[in-house]
Amino acid sequence: MSRHIDNFKQSYLWYAFKRDKVAIASMIVLCILVFTAVFAPLIATYNPYDPINTDVMNSEIPPLWMEGGDSAFLMGTDAQGRDLFSTMVYGMRISLLIGVGAVVLQSVIGITIGLISGYFGGKLDSFFMRMADVQLSFSYLMVAIFFTAILQAAVGVGRFGEIAIPFLILVIGFSQWPQYARTVRASVLAEKKKEYVEAARVTGFGAGRIMWGHIFPNTLSPILVLSTIQVANAVMSEAALSFLGLGMPISRPSLGSLINSGFEYIFSGAWWITIFPGVLLVVLILSINLLGDFLRDVLNPKLYKG
Amino acid sequence: MSNNEQSLLSVRNLYKRFDISGGLLDQIKFSGGKFSREITLVKALNNVSLEIKQGETFSVVGESGCGKSTLGRTIMGLYPPNSGEIYFNGDRLDQLSPKEMLPYRSRMQMVFQDPYASLNPRKTIKQTLEEPLKYHNPQMNAGELRDRVEEVLLQVGSDPKWVTRMPHEFSGGQRQRISIARALVVDPEFIVADEPISALDVSIQAQILNLLMDAQEQRNLTYLFVAHDLSVVEHISTNVAVMYLGTVCELADTKLLFEDPKHPYTMALLSAIPRLDGKKSERLKLTGEVPTPINLPTGCVFHGRCPYANSRCIAEIPELKTHSDGRKIACHAVEEERIR
Amino acid sequence: MSSLLEVKDLVIKFGLRTGDVTATTGVSFTIEKGEKLGLVGESGAGKSVTGFSIIVLISKPGYVADGHILFKGTDLTKISSEEMRNIRGNRISMIFQDPMMTLNPVLTIGTQMTETLLAHNPKMSMKEASEIALEKLRKVHIPSPEKRLEQYPHEFSGGMRQRIIIAIALITDPEIIIADEPTTALDVTIQAEIMDLISELCETEDMGFILITHDLAVVASVTENIAVMYAGRIVEKGRTRDVIDNPQHPYTKGLIKALPEGAKGSNRLNQIKGMMPTLTNIPDGCAFNPRCPYVMDICKTDEPSLIQVKGMDTQAACFLCKEEVFTNE
Repeated sequence: MSRHIDNFKQSYLWYAFKRDKVAIASMIVLCILVFTAVFAPLIATYNPYDPINTDVMNSEIPPLWMEGGDSAFLMGTDAQGRDLFSTMVYGMRISLLIGVGAVVLQSVIGITIGLISGYFGGKLDSFFMRMADVQLSFSYLMVAIFFTAILQAAVGVGRFGEIAIPFLILVIGFSQWPQYARTVRASVLAEKKKEYVEAARVTGFGAGRIMWGHIFPNTLSPILVLSTIQVANAVMSEAALSFLGLGMPISRPSLGSLINSGFEYIFSGAWWITIFPGVLLVVLILSINLLGDFLRDVLNPKLYKG
Repeated sequence: MSNNEQSLLSVRNLYKRFDISGGLLDQIKFSGGKFSREITLVKALNNVSLEIKQGETFSVVGESGCGKSTLGRTIMGLYPPNSGEIYFNGDRLDQLSPKEMLPYRSRMQMVFQDPYASLNPRKTIKQTLEEPLKYHNPQMNAGELRDRVEEVLLQVGSDPKWVTRMPHEFSGGQRQRISIARALVVDPEFIVADEPISALDVSIQAQILNLLMDAQEQRNLTYLFVAHDLSVVEHISTNVAVMYLGTVCELADTKLLFEDPKHPYTMALLSAIPRLDGKKSERLKLTGEVPTPINLPTGCVFHGRCPYANSRCIAEIPELKTHSDGRKIACHAVEEERIR
Repeated sequence: MSSLLEVKDLVIKFGLRTGDVTATTGVSFTIEKGEKLGLVGESGAGKSVTGFSIIVLISKPGYVADGHILFKGTDLTKISSEEMRNIRGNRISMIFQDPMMTLNPVLTIGTQMTETLLAHNPKMSMKEASEIALEKLRKVHIPSPEKRLEQYPHEFSGGMRQRIIIAIALITDPEIIIADEPTTALDVTIQAEIMDLISELCETEDMGFILITHDLAVVASVTENIAVMYAGRIVEKGRTRDVIDNPQHPYTKGLIKALPEGAKGSNRLNQIKGMMPTLTNIPDGCAFNPRCPYVMDICKTDEPSLIQVKGMDTQAACFLCKEEVFTNE
């Protein structure tokens, strides 16, 4: 293990990282945000899901430093009287959970299809790639609106709130797999020509072993770069859906639904309900994207963007 | 065949074509007012037959695109042949399923050209060497695996202490040693070496060639050596087949072939080798360009560039005929004694 | 009268993140009109960098740290990039290994040929330029050159492309041509044709020719003079025949014996143990000392300089040559 750490310390990745101030800053910000999200119950001052902590009398209290601020609520409260800071922390947790979950789903589907397509080629490849083209020609928003509407009608708005997280993961995950499939397929086509693959075939290894054990590890750097971009995209997709009222319900808000919920009050002076979650979302996405750009520059893979 | 018993590997009337016309949409051509479906085939191997005896080094030489690498890969089962037969020790290989082929996989191995592409960059040397061994000998325990890998590494002149390293930590010559170790570790009888030294520096080439020759002696290996470097071929092989456009033009004992080439292409090829002594041998200069293997010339594939070609060469494909001194030549001019 | 090209004590360094790395040390050679010089060495010996430095085309982070490159008395390391552009591709041309990389796939051969010419002679008319292009294509023996001018690189075979590259290199009537592994990507029969062509052109055009290659046999059959490089240094130079028939430096000896031709008779090839050091860890003293079969104590501490071998035209950088232990072997 220590050998791996030593190797990493000597690697170009680490060398470039140490010299890239933007990458370091993004990494620090991202680490703080992820830490906050993971340990939300310890960091948030209130549990926003607990009705005991919500009092309508406390609604729309401005942030601490403004006139009428309450020392109990650092960033003020939302329209339902929940502490905005705590709600945001929990909201970010949901946003990240959906983002990462969707990317895991995308990558599992996309990598499998990409490997099979690239390795076997021929009719199977044509079939999967046309499927990817068809998939990409739908807007994911259209698909999401369509299914959300059906699901909400089928199970009722109340029950929908309970299954919203897995549902959003499924919708965002399924709509974005072609990016992975194309990127992986392109790498596989390049790797397949190399002699180590022929050597594995000469040894008699089966197709599965060659695909997963030999070719797959060599497609990891484009996958890594793509994944950072895709996490940011998925978080944004979720925010967009929630903003349109198709995502997380206001009882368990994500950053997107918080922004949406505050939108009605922005002209009545309670701007903080929208602006704070908005800023947090931008910082989160920006730090992920900047890290992704850094990785892309350093690892320099050939990405196939759909 | 009469000498079937002595031959370790025999190839009979092997044909291999590659379809490069792409998908259905690429195949449709518009000409003469109507659409037609055209399939473009690269005729990589055309009626190739050869016998490789136990313990010998059989070399296949020719210029790029002549099908010599395809021949090696088709024998190894990396490409399925379109027609023809491949026998290993009398057993027919070309129709076996991957599962039936498995026992032969450890008896036939391959060494590749590019030492930078032939080792998986994400695997340590230990993984690269132990995986095939374990795959073919599931009963071996960790200690036995380690001992065997160590033994092979020592034989190829690498330090067994390096097994935890990754390929990028090695030079080209060291990687090629490890590639050879990977082929040797499953204890094969027959190795196809596809240009194993052409990507290496001169002083390293000698090391690798010596290593291959040592391994042959110690393990009683049989080589099919695919190369374009004629002076290397002359040094190490017992028999040589000269290929041109997917066809064998001359096949003979090395000494015979290099001292007295008969086929006009062999003569041209040999006279083009730059010599260290700087003496320009009587050059047989070729005219014209190598035709593409997509549209093979009629008759003898060499007729367009051959100074001795006549109307028969354009019309009729010459057969590979065995001569009194044992060599095989596919040339009408030699048969009719128009040359010399 | 100064030489056509004189390279004096050339030191090329590469600025890397771990500090400067020296690629060549004290490389010196001269070349006269009509002379063919072979620069031989294995990969990493510094032969290509030396070639590039002559046309001041070393890519960053490489730079010429010391030494002079005198082209007819003008020091190319000191002139402005404007003046250099006038020399590079005009009076000194370069031919590269891979013809497909050098030719632009979307431009016709004619355009690519006249472009170079017009760039160096703005006053020339298109018609004149085409005339010259045709003449050069004929010179490299390309059949029906008029038709060829309209064609694209992919319509040519490898050997034909390399001929076109040579025609492009010739188009400004250069005085020196530097060829970096010009035939490595080609087949032997084509290699022989190209080498014949180059030798013929050097004679008819009275050009200087520097052949950078790893192939001793090619150098032996083409050039008059040879410089053998090892780990960024010239270890032996002299007349090609002398050096190949009677090598003085242990590295040259080993290299020649390592060739199948040099080892005829015995079954095993003579091998030089080990490998060339990387530029970052060149040993103290003679760079060849860890691999040398004749190594002495002095070799591990002092670096030998090129000295005239007694009774020969050859220069070698080896202490043995000084001590005259080696010459009679």
